[in-house]
Amino acid sequence: MENGTKIIEIHDLTRKFKQLTAVDSISFDVYKGEIFGFLGPNGAGKTTTINMLCTLLAPTDGKATVNGYDILKQRRQVQRVIGLVFQDPTLDDYLSAEQNLRFHAYAYGVPRSVREERMKQLLELVGLSDRLKSKVSTYSGGMKRRLEIARGLLHHPQILFLDEPTLGLDPQTRFHVWEYIHALRKEEELTIFMTTHYMDEAENCDRIAVIDQGKIVALDTPDNLKGSLGGDVVMLEAEEPENAIHELEEKYNLSPHIQGKTITFNVPHGETFLPKFLRNFQSKLVSVSVHRPTLDDVFLKLTGHAIRDQEAGAWEQFRRMMPH
Amino acid sequence: MEAVSRATWVIAYRDLLRFVQDRPRLIGSFAMPLLFLIIFGAGFNRVIGALAPGVDFIQFMYPGIVAMTVLMSSLMSGLSIVWDREFGFLREVLVAPLSRTGIVLGKVAGNAVIAIGQGFVMLALAPIVGVQLDFILVLKLIPLLLIVSIPLSGLGILMASRMRSQQGFQMLMQIIITPLLFLSGMFFPINNVPVWLEVVSKFNPLTYGVDAIRQVFLSGNASSISVDSSYAFGITVFGHTMGIIEDAIVMAVLGIILLSLAIWAFGRQE
Ligand SMILES: Nc1ncnc2c1ncn2[C@@H]1O[C@H](COP(=O)(O)OP(=O)(O)OP(=O)(O)O)[C@@H](O)[C@H]1O
Ligand SMILES: [Mg+2]
Repeated sequence: MENGTKIIEIHDLTRKFKQLTAVDSISFDVYKGEIFGFLGPNGAGKTTTINMLCTLLAPTDGKATVNGYDILKQRRQVQRVIGLVFQDPTLDDYLSAEQNLRFHAYAYGVPRSVREERMKQLLELVGLSDRLKSKVSTYSGGMKRRLEIARGLLHHPQILFLDEPTLGLDPQTRFHVWEYIHALRKEEELTIFMTTHYMDEAENCDRIAVIDQGKIVALDTPDNLKGSLGGDVVMLEAEEPENAIHELEEKYNLSPHIQGKTITFNVPHGETFLPKFLRNFQSKLVSVSVHRPTLDDVFLKLTGHAIRDQEAGAWEQFRRMMPH
Repeated sequence: MEAVSRATWVIAYRDLLRFVQDRPRLIGSFAMPLLFLIIFGAGFNRVIGALAPGVDFIQFMYPGIVAMTVLMSSLMSGLSIVWDREFGFLREVLVAPLSRTGIVLGKVAGNAVIAIGQGFVMLALAPIVGVQLDFILVLKLIPLLLIVSIPLSGLGILMASRMRSQQGFQMLMQIIITPLLFLSGMFFPINNVPVWLEVVSKFNPLTYGVDAIRQVFLSGNASSISVDSSYAFGITVFGHTMGIIEDAIVMAVLGIILLSLAIWAFGRQE
């Protein structure tokens, strides 16, 4: 992928809202045909970046090109080659699905010869063929989302921007959406630029940029990002935690964390480390587990909070405040 | 050029489609003019009597009500933009490869069609209020209603480029539009009022739109009223009584100004 052609080039792109710098001099490239993930906590500047790339918002500073076209000076050309699924709905609720799609086709000048066939094909793809004539206001949230995905593809864009495309979708539909994203990339040579808050979804991306407070804090493949943590995560519970920690520090030269009763530390190769460790370890253990680092672990380390923290329900927050 | 014309028709198409499917708006848009006609008409007709030979109050007011229908409906172009911004659809429009100028022209065109259509629906009331219609009159009315619709559509879009909420838009609309409507000679002849009111009314461009529409109606009914009655309410500016064409020119100039401002403001917004 690294030696592919660049389809989006971003140089020192900045956007300020009064004093607030929502996007702070970011620079990176996206390659043709890749699925590029854009992750970050709420308010990090993801949507603002997408709005600039899709010509809705003028940058305060810096420049960017999409498919070689300047986002400020060649807006029309940029608009032709991109498809969008925004974070918030942008359908006309008072029109039917078919009318929404047809409006889009007219607006993008999709020739009549391909229009009807393409509409049919896309509606089948998102499983809405039987609800073609109903007003969008009668659709469920997930159905609207699927319709927006179909609409974003109607004019054969080269780049599809997806701002949290699977937000509010059930697991089954989420899985289907990912199926088409992969299929589309193959069939249509589509480049996908997406944001998500689901770390398991981010695994599907070829590369991931993590943005925090308007700045890019990491950009790499999911595997490399996880590798940067320094190995596998081992979690254990001991009868006498103090002794166990002492032993880990002295004998193995590790720096374990303790949270509640669980002791956590990183080792390069968990599966070969563990048998040796169990044979020699003196303190009594209650349980041991080892897992490969996840993107959640990466995200936690880079931004200082788990992505789930922000979405934790009231009950979760309440529970955390209570003494254990 | 292609981007302008495509934008114009696609936006007009959607607004029309939306209008015919939105029944509450369809009904609501007739409510106010109808209410004015019934209440003022019934309330004042006996009291006031004939305003000029052969023209009683309700016949005087009726053309004003047709104008009002068109004016109110034209302003909706702005409300629909604010609505679309609030519900997100405006983003779909703004990221499409459509010229912003074309989008504004599309809004104006779509609304003009709707406004003229609504003005025509009001014509159904003509027999009830004792106004005769003929083919020529109706034909003359089309360009006139168009020329009255454009400045108001422009004003609506201009306001909408700044407003973020529907409540805000509606409040601004009340503040600006209510006085403009009441001071446009819609409800009373401005030749017969205190000087300050006359001066204010003559500065109100809508006065000329209302006057043009009224003149068309009254001259169309010339057989049933005395020769000079159609001019009895004419607007006199520097001793010159405005004719239909001159009234129309005033509206056209206003239309060009407001439309240009609307295109400028809409193109600048993010
Ligand atoms: N139109 C605006 N006016 C003022 N501030 C804005 C505007 N749009 C965004 N911001 C601010 O810019 C920052 C970045 O917002 P942005 O919507 O890009 O975040 P995000 O990464 O998309 O977050 P989320 O995950 O919640 O969607 C936030 O602090 C937000 O309040
Ligand atoms: Mg966002």
